[in-house]
Amino acid sequence: MSAISPEEWTAILLSLRVAAIATLVATPLGIAVAWLLARFDFWGKAALDAMIYLPLVLPPVVTGYLLLLTFGRKGLVGAWLADTLGIVFAFRWTGAALACGVMSFPLLVRPIRLSIEAVDRRLEQAASTLGAAPWRVFLTVTLPLALPGILAGMVLGFAKAIGEFGATITFVSNIPGETQTISAAIYSLTQTPDGDSAALRLVIVSIAIAMVALIASEILARRATARLHGY
Amino acid sequence: MLSVDIEKQLGDFKLEASFTSDGLVTGLFGNSGAGKTSIINMIAGLTAPDRGHISLDNDVLDDHASGVHVPPHRRRIGYVFQDARLFPHLSVRQNLDYGRRMNGFAHDVAAEKRTIDLLDIGHLSNRRPAQLSGGERQRVALGRALLAKPRLLLLDEPLGSLDEERKAEILPYLIRLRDEASVPMVFVSHDPAEMRRLATNVVILKRGKVVAFGGTDVLPAVL
Repeated sequence: MSAISPEEWTAILLSLRVAAIATLVATPLGIAVAWLLARFDFWGKAALDAMIYLPLVLPPVVTGYLLLLTFGRKGLVGAWLADTLGIVFAFRWTGAALACGVMSFPLLVRPIRLSIEAVDRRLEQAASTLGAAPWRVFLTVTLPLALPGILAGMVLGFAKAIGEFGATITFVSNIPGETQTISAAIYSLTQTPDGDSAALRLVIVSIAIAMVALIASEILARRATARLHGY
Repeated sequence: MLSVDIEKQLGDFKLEASFTSDGLVTGLFGNSGAGKTSIINMIAGLTAPDRGHISLDNDVLDDHASGVHVPPHRRRIGYVFQDARLFPHLSVRQNLDYGRRMNGFAHDVAAEKRTIDLLDIGHLSNRRPAQLSGGERQRVALGRALLAKPRLLLLDEPLGSLDEERKAEILPYLIRLRDEASVPMVFVSHDPAEMRRLATNVVILKRGKVVAFGGTDVLPAVL
């Protein structure tokens, strides 16, 4: 087996960039949604909850196609974004990031929601009696205490984003250097005669990335938990 | 002057309490389930009464009729919980400093030193709450509440979670607090001996109703 080719490097770096951007953009949104779901009862909560989990159970090709219909150049949102802000998702790496963000969102939100639910409300009450307004209670008590769950959600979301295939290829196709992530590259290689050794190299790389992400998340979560409880 | 006149439905019984006090330490005395904690939660603003009125020094905190409910963070009322509720992710020093930061007060080194010395917690500064004994935790919670410069300090059975030896350790601090810190307090307890040592005025509660109000002489005799 020979060394990784420049084309393969391009796919690896693109995957990392797409997954990193997807995770960084999705995290603040995920924290907000997790907080809403953990702390409030409101009209339509069950519907919001179901909508977030939808990408987990829908065929990825359906999610990708819906993204294409919505965020494509002729899509309602896509046309508006392109005309007013100049942001184009269709057949761009940004579209791959959007697809990965949507697909990994349920995995990102769940641990954050659980960790916010686990924060002792009585500590938040104590903070309010010491003069902290609700948003400061959130920033100084709730958020730091939920940190292990937030890190876990980010890593899980990142790992899912790295591996995303169906929705991405449906939405933004499989263009080398623009939207061809590791998964799409492996898929292409398996369709090519003599592609096996290159596919295998990328398989090993994706296993390595997944392992590093999982081990890192375990270490981060342990450190955060220890720090929070002051041992 | 603290004025409380409230009604609140609590499960199967109704809390209907009315009293005013300008004593240094107002004791709320009664068995568990009499509604003591519910009353101070309402004074703190953590819950709102169904009906009625709460005011402190002519400052209306709750008034059902006019729809007033001042949120807890704007009341400047300190609260020492039975279970201390120190922030586990912060050091003792950061816990003590929390109220000052949230209220945007400047550092008052002399006052901080006075409070920390009064409670003997200076040597604990760099520890985390998990590394403190029950008594130390309760002293830090007292210091944290005091350093937020409250107009009134609520103490919910601050000795309740401690064994007899620890109680004997904390009580003198509370008495010093009463005599030196000049912050009016509302002290909740079901122990007549503690009440007698600390309170200046006593409100006796039974199943949500005030059954007696006066000096410590209204307390039942210690057997």
